[in-house]
Amino acid sequence: MRRDPSRRGARAPWRLTAVGCALVLGGCARHQQSTLQASGEGAQRIEGLWWLMFWIAMAVFAEVMLLLGWALWRRRRARATIRGGDAIGGIAVLGVVIPFAILVTVYGLGLRDLNALAAPRQDPSATVEVIGHQWWWEIRYTDPAGAVTANELHIPVGEPVRVRLRTADVQHSFWVPQLMPKTDLIAGKVNQTWLKTDNVGQYRAQCAEYCGKQHAFMALMVVAQPRAEFDTWVASLARPATTTLSAAQQRGREVFERSSCASCHTVRGTPATGEVGPDLTTIGSRWSIGAGAAPNDAGHLGGWIVNSQTIKPGNKMPPQPVPAQDLQDLLSYLQSLK
Amino acid sequence: MSVDTEEQSRSTSRDEAVAELEQDWGERPSLRSWFSTVDHKRIGRRYMVTAGVFFILAGTDAMILRTQLARPNATVLSPEAYDQLFTMHGTAMIFLFSTPMFFGFGNFLVPLLIGARDMAFPRLNAFGYWVFVFAGTVMFTSQLVGRAPDGGWFGYVPLTDTPYSTGINLDVYSLGLLFLGVSTTAGAINFIVTVVKMRAPGMSLNRMPLFVWAIVGTSFMVIFALPALNLANAMLFLDRRFGAHFFDPGHGGSTLLWQHLFWIFGHPDVYIIVMPALGIVSAVLPAFCRRGVVAYPLMVLAIVTISIISFGVWVHHMFATGLPQLSYSFFSAASTLITIPSGIQIFAWLFTMLRGRIVVRTPFLFVVGFIVTFVLGGFTGVMFAITAFDQQVTDSYFVVAHFHYVLFGGAVFPMLAGIYFWLPKFTGRMYAEKLSRWAFWLVLAGFNTTFMPMHVSGLLGMPRRIYTYPGGLGWDLWNLISTIGAYILAVGLLLVLIGVVHAVRRGAPAPDDPWQGDTLEWGTASPPRPYNFAAVPRVHSLHPMWDERTTVALATGEPLPGHQAMTTSELDGREEGAIEMPEASLLPLAAAVGILVAVLGLLWAWYWTGWYWLAGAGALLIFGALARWLWPPERTPEEAGVAS
Repeated sequence: MRRDPSRRGARAPWRLTAVGCALVLGGCARHQQSTLQASGEGAQRIEGLWWLMFWIAMAVFAEVMLLLGWALWRRRRARATIRGGDAIGGIAVLGVVIPFAILVTVYGLGLRDLNALAAPRQDPSATVEVIGHQWWWEIRYTDPAGAVTANELHIPVGEPVRVRLRTADVQHSFWVPQLMPKTDLIAGKVNQTWLKTDNVGQYRAQCAEYCGKQHAFMALMVVAQPRAEFDTWVASLARPATTTLSAAQQRGREVFERSSCASCHTVRGTPATGEVGPDLTTIGSRWSIGAGAAPNDAGHLGGWIVNSQTIKPGNKMPPQPVPAQDLQDLLSYLQSLK
Repeated sequence: MSVDTEEQSRSTSRDEAVAELEQDWGERPSLRSWFSTVDHKRIGRRYMVTAGVFFILAGTDAMILRTQLARPNATVLSPEAYDQLFTMHGTAMIFLFSTPMFFGFGNFLVPLLIGARDMAFPRLNAFGYWVFVFAGTVMFTSQLVGRAPDGGWFGYVPLTDTPYSTGINLDVYSLGLLFLGVSTTAGAINFIVTVVKMRAPGMSLNRMPLFVWAIVGTSFMVIFALPALNLANAMLFLDRRFGAHFFDPGHGGSTLLWQHLFWIFGHPDVYIIVMPALGIVSAVLPAFCRRGVVAYPLMVLAIVTISIISFGVWVHHMFATGLPQLSYSFFSAASTLITIPSGIQIFAWLFTMLRGRIVVRTPFLFVVGFIVTFVLGGFTGVMFAITAFDQQVTDSYFVVAHFHYVLFGGAVFPMLAGIYFWLPKFTGRMYAEKLSRWAFWLVLAGFNTTFMPMHVSGLLGMPRRIYTYPGGLGWDLWNLISTIGAYILAVGLLLVLIGVVHAVRRGAPAPDDPWQGDTLEWGTASPPRPYNFAAVPRVHSLHPMWDERTTVALATGEPLPGHQAMTTSELDGREEGAIEMPEASLLPLAAAVGILVAVLGLLWAWYWTGWYWLAGAGALLIFGALARWLWPPERTPEEAGVAS
């Protein structure tokens, strides 16, 4: 039989199949949040642990199925007799000794990984505070300080970033499947985790603890970029909003500050200092609106302002009856905030 | 000739004694007797039927959930409706279906398996049933009016506390579960006392059927685990209604306190659900392997070990909350170790099959289905015991897959085996073998098609409890397959229902012992007479019905007269004398109605504080009913057994 050269070296065909399926099915996806396409130091460890445990489980499952099959096959033989005895030896070996050996091994490997997840090997080069809200993520950089945004977290490639987790209301959970396992955001407590990846890319994340009506749309994009780009991004986010505006944008800014927008949202460097909703200083450049509820384009943004409840039912922003011309100006102002 | 006459007269006098027993124990069918019955068999059947109805309701919830999740961005359900449905699905399946269904099995079977005439406290038993049915009805009514709990079955604070949850929904949850807890606790105490004091003479602890061991283990877990849940729910109610701050970190409270209390109950509860099911497997196998389950002492040890270790693993539900790593490592070790006693049972069943002569009937098929699925759920269970891996996949669909393999595979498959196995005893009718095999294969195929893909969608990063998801994350196909599987599973379960209804209506009359079973229930009529056994059974071995000494004595022994039952010593099962059993009574119903009134009063006071008076009236009714119930009966010293 001729061997297919393309399959040479495929030591774990199942693994490739599984990943292949995931790629095919998610083929049209721009983003992934699969634990089986780990890119971060933490998630890669767990992916390895998973495949190890998967193969052990398959081996034990085969053993159980063999015994079961043997029992059922044996029944068909005419000479099958009922035997006495307690089979203590068999149970002791198959049910105690072998499982114990496997469990101790897996437990040991698990402890090793738990220890590795506890802290990165180098000291973190940046610190960011992630604050959970129903239903969006507030992102505040504390080292380097000053940058504030929402639902988007940038990290420099190849360097660990410390993430401090707090919640403003109920419990949430911070989970970037491709980079790092979960850590919960718990009221009255500050938890800590870290992120590190060697690969430039965008990694979708999503709240993993049920937090109410819009738990489904509380997504976060983690963007890993080279150090220089990261520095530029953080610095631009720390600056107040631009003041060189076109006439329409200027009118939009007046609408923003005059209407109820400013009582909930902040645009740094302007009189808008509301703290209920996300900081909008850079809303024009974000990957989505409503924490993954809709793409960030003029149409969706306009729809969101007029009545966000149709896009993300239950979210805390009430419908805004903005006149049509004002809305156009408001949109051009918001889209200029980058 | 004279010997013949003597025998004849003896058998005539036995017939007369049995006829007298029919008089003493039989209940004439009437509306009053429907409400006042204390017969463990009627109560047991009611538990099973009621739990079955709740299963259908909670299962329908699940079908609607799966329909919503079949495609991305679906709008079958609003987020509010989805949250209520998934909360009720979980809460009802755990509290209103699994445990009550097994309590139904236990109620019907435990007295029969130990050769007793009823539970130790028949009226408490009736009370437990009424409380269960009222609590369940209150909770499902809330769903009917769109005010069902919506905080998940685990009800994590602060989401379920003020100010994040201001409706009546979570009051239904906390009060409903407190209400139900009364029933579960009463049932557990009753099981323990029954098994300890009412076993047939000769049934020492080492001759007790494994199913009975499982029910006792379960009952002890209930008694130790439930107070934590009751405490948590009482605190939640006080927080919400009266502004206590138990769970409010702003006022010195702690949100993690809720999680600890909930899971100190919640993890043993997994075993509270699964352990009676494992007991059913041990009860079903001997009849279809033609020999007893191997390694009885190890099996008992496994049951006892699980009952104890299950209290030391709860933190594995909190592996992502940021507790100290050292404590994680302890709980991780305990969670890993608890698989060993389960593994012992699995291999003991396999060796029982290997050393017996297998007869394949539907109950046996469901046991095989159980082993296949439960073992798979066990593997993922070990994975979740490993903290680092747990942190990656917890709260994803991987965990949904895992616990359905454990709870459906581990509890529902054995339950179905038990239903087919004991249907002749429950109803006096046989099921149709061919229909039941169709049901088995559809349930097996449907179950795996539903839940196997959830492992994948979970690994692909899909979180639980989301009412919808965007397309293109690789989850679409897996969710569609799950939904298709759910419909197949529903058809399979529908065939089970049709099979049971068909058997009850036109099934062939069942013989007393259709399977040549080894335990005492097969020594009674199908269905059993109201007094179960005319003569008190004498037990000489672990398999009394495979023991001629017992069967002969059952058929010819002197009947125990009157409305009496035998009590025996706790360990050795030595005869201690007969006791008078309580008659039917409406008092258990009255007391249960009292609690219902009190709960409704507390609940409706959310709308108008005047309803607190109704709660007070309910409390008075409870007090009155209990006083009347516990009032010492007037008896002569002889009747009371103090003068002789």
